[in-house]
Amino acid sequence: MTTPNQPGIRLAVSAPGMAEASILDSDIDKTEVFRLDDVTVRYGDYRAIRNVSLEVYKNEITAFIGPSGCGKSTLLRSFNRMNDLIPGARVEGTMTYHGTDLYGPKVDPIEVRRRIGMVFQKPNVFPKSIYDNIAYGPKVNGIKGKMDDLVEESLTKAALWDEVKDDLKKSAYALSGGQQQRLVIARCIAVRPEVILMDEPCASLDPIATAKIEDLMKELAVDYTIVIVTHNMQQAARVSDRTAFFTAEVDADEVRHGNLVEVGSTNAMFTNPRDPRTEDYISGRFG
Amino acid sequence: MSTDTELTDIVGGLQSKGTPVRDRIFMWALLVTLFIAISTLLVLIAYVTIKGWPRLDPKLWQNMPSIRRPENAGAQSAIMGTLWVISLTALFALPTGILAALYLEEFSHPDSKFQRFVEVNIQNLAAVPSIVYGILGLAVFARAMALGQTVITASLTLALLILPVLIISTREALRAVPRNIRDGSLALGATEWQTAWKQTLPAATPGIATGIILSLSRAIGEAAPLLLLGAVTFITFNPTGPLSGYTTLPIQIYNWTKDSREEFQILAAATIVLLLVILLLMNFTAIWIRNKTQKRW
Repeated sequence: MTTPNQPGIRLAVSAPGMAEASILDSDIDKTEVFRLDDVTVRYGDYRAIRNVSLEVYKNEITAFIGPSGCGKSTLLRSFNRMNDLIPGARVEGTMTYHGTDLYGPKVDPIEVRRRIGMVFQKPNVFPKSIYDNIAYGPKVNGIKGKMDDLVEESLTKAALWDEVKDDLKKSAYALSGGQQQRLVIARCIAVRPEVILMDEPCASLDPIATAKIEDLMKELAVDYTIVIVTHNMQQAARVSDRTAFFTAEVDADEVRHGNLVEVGSTNAMFTNPRDPRTEDYISGRFG
Repeated sequence: MSTDTELTDIVGGLQSKGTPVRDRIFMWALLVTLFIAISTLLVLIAYVTIKGWPRLDPKLWQNMPSIRRPENAGAQSAIMGTLWVISLTALFALPTGILAALYLEEFSHPDSKFQRFVEVNIQNLAAVPSIVYGILGLAVFARAMALGQTVITASLTLALLILPVLIISTREALRAVPRNIRDGSLALGATEWQTAWKQTLPAATPGIATGIILSLSRAIGEAAPLLLLGAVTFITFNPTGPLSGYTTLPIQIYNWTKDSREEFQILAAATIVLLLVILLLMNFTAIWIRNKTQKRW
């Protein structure tokens, strides 16, 4: 089920002077995948990130940027209910996926995670062969079909096939960091998700490996919807269609927490930010 | 002037101050303790091998024990008894211990009162003297459950004895598997059960194998609880099944060393060598399994 986008709400958050950018950033024809309405993520009493409202659109790359501790990873992990695994973690507000409440009583987090894949900061390949790394996801999800073909297809999509096709039985640990991260992406693709969440996927990679992953992301955006958390503003500028900028703020009780400052097309955000805090951050004045 | 002094200080700081006496003493102390440990073991092995040499012949494992003819006596019933008991012990203890550890480490809520209660008690049980397990086995398995003084009673008792060690070492091995392996599996839509069974447990196999070696080695050398469980009887037949009478190598050794005749002392030494060989074979098998599972990664 898809919900048509509601441009009225989008435009309402735009400051006057930004109308031009917002029209260029026309969201009218886009399909909304996620819609967050006043979302707060708690760990026990601690509200890590507060009152976030934003949308994520189909076949776009949405980047979450902001300084450390602004809760962007926490927010990302609530998209596929990975936070469920942390005792005391709770999501308030509404978070819908194609119009369905992700935290609704009948929603199975296992099913959510199958459709919404995740790539982590450190390449977390399984201590198995390259082949088995890919085959694991389809097997646990009961995906039928020729496994060899699926492995090849996934590795090809992740731009890794040519490098590993002769070594499929080798340990995944034998790969370099960049290759491991692409293997993790291939593994994610193999279960045929709709969305791929990436939590600082290049944080532990060198610039060349980073460039490969970034190219890959752009290719994947044709088939998938991608949300990426990054510390690296240049990366957000290079790969993303839309950017959400978060900050860490200290509230009246001196508790540090994350806030969404603004969200919009990456072009507009980097050339003409609406909020002075965004401008300070992207021009390198803090963070 | 002052700059010169500073320069000398800096250069002086790079030069060797000579090996400090304390470092040397410490290193020697370490070597001495290592030497004590290893030499004790070597002396022991050399002593029993030399003493038992005349009887390290095929009769040792081909013949049954004999009171009258020590020169022809063998330990076959004890060898078969040990193999029976240890196999059944492994059969009872390994699945129970590994699954219990898997539950405690992967599924149970770490802060619950139940979990803490179980944890404290497992630690306590690991420290309970083995003779106490013998009494428990006698009361519960031999008498209350009417299993009698049989192979299965011995196995169940030894399984209880090694369970705490097995659970603790398996939990350590599971805990050493990085969190991000579990996250990776769950993020693919695997259930927690699939993650534990197909990722965490296989990744922990080498560590678990070490725990199995340690606990089964303890069980195979155990004599005290079996003294209460019927293994002392003079047995000249191999066990025929779980409900058969039995004796084991440590008990056979104990019986022979009690005998004042020199031939039996030699026989005991030879049997000790045999027990050590079985133990080493077990360990090598486990190490081989461990290395094999590691290579597959």
